[in-house]
Amino acid sequence: MCGRAADAAFARHSLIMFAPGDAMTILMLTTARHSLRFGLAALSLALAGHFAAALPAIAAPKDTVVIGMGIEPTGLDPTVAAPAAIGQVTWQNVFQGLTRIDQDGKVQPQLAAGWTIADEGRTYLFKLREGVRFSNGVPFDATVAKFALDRARGDDSTNPQKQFFSVISDIEVRDPRTLVLHLSSPAGNLLYWLGWPSSVMVEPSSADANKSQPVGTGPFKLASWRQGDRLELVRNEDYWDAENRPALRTATFRFISDAQAQAAAVKSGDVDAFPEFGAPELFASFKGDPRLTTSVGDTELKVVAGLNGRKAPFDNPKVRQALMMAIDRQTVIEGAWSGYGTPIGSHYTPNDPGYVDTTGVYPYDPEKAKALLAEAGYPDGLSLTIKTPQMSYATRTSEVLQAMLAEIGVQLQIVPTEFPGKWISEVFKGHDFDMTIVAHAEPLDIGIYARDDYYFGYDNPAFSKAVAEAERTTDTAARLALYGEAQRMLAADVPALYLFVMPKLGVWDAKLKGLWVNEPIPSNDLSDVTWDE
Amino acid sequence: MSAAVPSMPGTRRFALLRHGRLLTGAILTGALVAVALLSLLWTPEVPTRLRILAKLKPPLSEGLLGTDQLGRDILSLLMVGTANSLSIAVAAVVLGAATGTLIGIVAAMRRGALDALLMRMMDAVFAFPPILSAMMLSALLGSGRLNATVAIGLFTVPVFARLARADTKRILRRDYILAARGAGKNAARIAVDHVLPNIAGAILVQVTIQLGLAILTESGLGFLGLSISPPAPSLGRMLADAQTYLTLAPWMALAPGITIALIVAGFNLLGDGLRDRLDVRRDVSA
Amino acid sequence: MLRPVLTRLLGLVLTLLAISAAVFLVMSVLPGDPAAIMLGTSARPDTLAALRSELGLDRPLPLRYAAWLTGLLTGDLGRSVTYGVPVAKLVLAGAAVTLPLAAMAILISLLLGLPLGVAAAARRGSAVDAGVSLFAQLGIATPNFWIGLLLILVFAATLGWMPSGGFPGWQAGAAPALTALLMPSIALALPQAAVLARVTRTATLEVLGEDFVRTARAKGLSRRQALWRHAVPNALLPVITIIGLQFTFLVAGAVLVENVFGLPGLGRLAMQALAQRDVTVMQVVVLLFATLAIVVNVLVDLAYLALDPRLRNAA
Repeated sequence: MCGRAADAAFARHSLIMFAPGDAMTILMLTTARHSLRFGLAALSLALAGHFAAALPAIAAPKDTVVIGMGIEPTGLDPTVAAPAAIGQVTWQNVFQGLTRIDQDGKVQPQLAAGWTIADEGRTYLFKLREGVRFSNGVPFDATVAKFALDRARGDDSTNPQKQFFSVISDIEVRDPRTLVLHLSSPAGNLLYWLGWPSSVMVEPSSADANKSQPVGTGPFKLASWRQGDRLELVRNEDYWDAENRPALRTATFRFISDAQAQAAAVKSGDVDAFPEFGAPELFASFKGDPRLTTSVGDTELKVVAGLNGRKAPFDNPKVRQALMMAIDRQTVIEGAWSGYGTPIGSHYTPNDPGYVDTTGVYPYDPEKAKALLAEAGYPDGLSLTIKTPQMSYATRTSEVLQAMLAEIGVQLQIVPTEFPGKWISEVFKGHDFDMTIVAHAEPLDIGIYARDDYYFGYDNPAFSKAVAEAERTTDTAARLALYGEAQRMLAADVPALYLFVMPKLGVWDAKLKGLWVNEPIPSNDLSDVTWDE
Repeated sequence: MSAAVPSMPGTRRFALLRHGRLLTGAILTGALVAVALLSLLWTPEVPTRLRILAKLKPPLSEGLLGTDQLGRDILSLLMVGTANSLSIAVAAVVLGAATGTLIGIVAAMRRGALDALLMRMMDAVFAFPPILSAMMLSALLGSGRLNATVAIGLFTVPVFARLARADTKRILRRDYILAARGAGKNAARIAVDHVLPNIAGAILVQVTIQLGLAILTESGLGFLGLSISPPAPSLGRMLADAQTYLTLAPWMALAPGITIALIVAGFNLLGDGLRDRLDVRRDVSA
Repeated sequence: MLRPVLTRLLGLVLTLLAISAAVFLVMSVLPGDPAAIMLGTSARPDTLAALRSELGLDRPLPLRYAAWLTGLLTGDLGRSVTYGVPVAKLVLAGAAVTLPLAAMAILISLLLGLPLGVAAAARRGSAVDAGVSLFAQLGIATPNFWIGLLLILVFAATLGWMPSGGFPGWQAGAAPALTALLMPSIALALPQAAVLARVTRTATLEVLGEDFVRTARAKGLSRRQALWRHAVPNALLPVITIIGLQFTFLVAGAVLVENVFGLPGLGRLAMQALAQRDVTVMQVVVLLFATLAIVVNVLVDLAYLALDPRLRNAA
């Protein structure tokens, strides 16, 4: 691989050197003193017009890629652990689902070629694709699909999204190509949920070892994994969808946590792409480099400062609204992420279908905020704590919030809280906090506000009803209208301060095509990635 | 470890260097302690104040030493960071010295099984470098001031225990101890009246040297995020932040590193100077 | 000779046992539930319970300790909670980075510290001596991870001569791997070299002042010959001691330097395991570090016994 990269670099170098001049003259001058390879490269350029087809060494397109990631996955089985990095390596590359989610956040068929919904949304009949095999040779059929879904919803399941499958009451294998799901109530999001990394198809003989030796139906399979450093995927030459076999022969994920080292790796060419670059300040330094392409897209990471609605002062909606009005989201984005990021007014991102812009519901107005705070019974301000995970976006955002809230007389004390361990036990489970701040990573998770025991302590029957209704509705337009209603309710009630969506700051070699700009679901889908020559 | 590092015996032409050691050390340490104390009353800026629009400004353009990635004033952060590092180091070493000296004296005076048990325990404690115990303890205590103090203090306990034990044993062989025993003084009285005053010099020298080491260790813990919690400034965490912006804002990396080196060098010089002045036996812990 | 050796070995075993119990206890009562960390914020209580029982976290503590210890003694270090691979594999991969790093650092510190110390002792009071003294003071006072940052700033970010971090792996060949370890090992070695220079200088001067050297000088040995034939060899004993005592600091320093340079060594492994509450990995790595430190200290003790006859009876 190293040799190949060197060859490519060499070819590029010689192109620049020889393009303008008379190649034959230079060739004669150089052959005597330079290496044979150098001469051959020049020769091939000089004679390219005549013998292009006969010179595969130069003509062969590059078919390897090195992708940089800031966080290493912990294990490689997205059906038993939550971290987004697992999906970012394996989803669509190694594992596939009955459905998949595309670049625009829309549901597309995958291992299920199609489906029919009957019985007022209570029965889903999936027609499965023929000829699909796992990378270990095991054929995929309805029995395997039933196994995978039963594993995710059964008593011993450790699936992080087990609630997705709770609506399934029975799974029927009608024939090897037909899978029927019987639901206890209609579920409008079922097809979307089945496209998630946590819903991918696995088969009985390999499922337990997927954490370290993943076996899926995807176009790539695992070649090697050096924990703490890199992971290599190779193309699955027996991939079932022969027409859409990926152009890449191997893909290496390198894990580099420090942003300065990430930037150095991209600039030196050690890494071809960093789809989610870690430090916005350094991102600007790529802009002038013609060798690189940068892209700013949206992720699903909603940075949200949760307010504990179970106790004073946040049991009073006026206090929550006052705090929201004290925040200028654009300044928060400036301070936290160098101005990259999209402001949001509720728990919904512009990536998600049915998005409503609610940032204008409580616009920045410190005077009004002060008045509202006085009206709520706090004319002299307030003293609060914010439990902040020690991650840079959270720390920085808290510090900006601290400065802004001070303007309306709210003294905010930052309490660093180790994430996830301590945060989960104190805030998430113990509900012991005033304010906290977390980036909610899961796509389309507005439903968390309808959960009884969720940490915000938001209790609005109308909201819960709207969400429940939406989840039951199979008609897309009607469902999205209900989600719009839910977004407006959150924006008005402010159970949390809605701040911004983290951007997906991507930087990659300008010749690399096919990486996603937005991230409607955490992923690095490599099936359509190619090198442009 | 530096505890075992003998001081340089006198030089001829550079005699000033030697005699100047105590003075240089005292001046360096004094100045930095003064800055730290000053930070409790006054800093050029509120160190936690963010000025997002003035972020990553080079020295002199915005404050004497420039600003960091959040627009905080680096000089102010440095002053308070020095105070935080010093207070953790002092607390840790005082704790470690008190506990260790007590253990050492008890072990030397009681001898036998207790001595062996205590010293094996000290061996075990000594096997955990502060960074390792801080990693373990951070899980129990959370990462913060307490965690750093305990982890650093714990590591100095065996150093002082070994030193106190060796010196106590030496003193116990002296004639006047025998005389005191003959006069019916009990062990505790002997320890207080005769042992402590005689080993105090060596302990003091060791305290000074361990303070330097403690500052080094604390900065390392801060770098790993295991010391005092944000937003309280810490020299180590300033360096961790600096790494991200190394190419964009190298000044962020220079000032904290130089400050750490100056404090540590100050304590080391002071320790060496004191050792010469107090004429303390050199190879204390070998 | 045998008795003091046996006493020390017995002490070693007992200490290791005590340490293993302490490590296990502290790591096991960690607040922060590994199951909750793995399953994230959407996990249902029944899912968490299922994972806990799968990980064996619902068994009583003494039973878990006994099982762990038996495993260790039979060579089974357990499985990483987060990665799902054997701990032994992770530790070996980490050691393949950390041990060469430490070895290179020791080598560099010797190559730098010994000659500087001898040169300072040979020209005592000269400008060379003063220069070495200054180097020693600065070196001892400078944090190794800061030296690492400066090296990256100068040689990687500004000059572009060296990679700014990462490790290509030994399968990429010895040259790229050693190149990747060069700056980290220099960062680790400089403070050690400063300590060594100081110790070597003092030890050499002390030997030069001893009677047998003076006798040799009186018999016509030049100062230079006396230095190389007697002083330097005899000064090596304290130098060995210092290397042993410094080992603990080297290990601790490796944790920092690995983080600066993004090296996938044992120190980084430990930090990652701590963040993920990967208890099985933490226990083994911490125990390994502590064991290394203790064993090296005992070895230094024994080397001292072997080299210095006076101590054999005194012990």
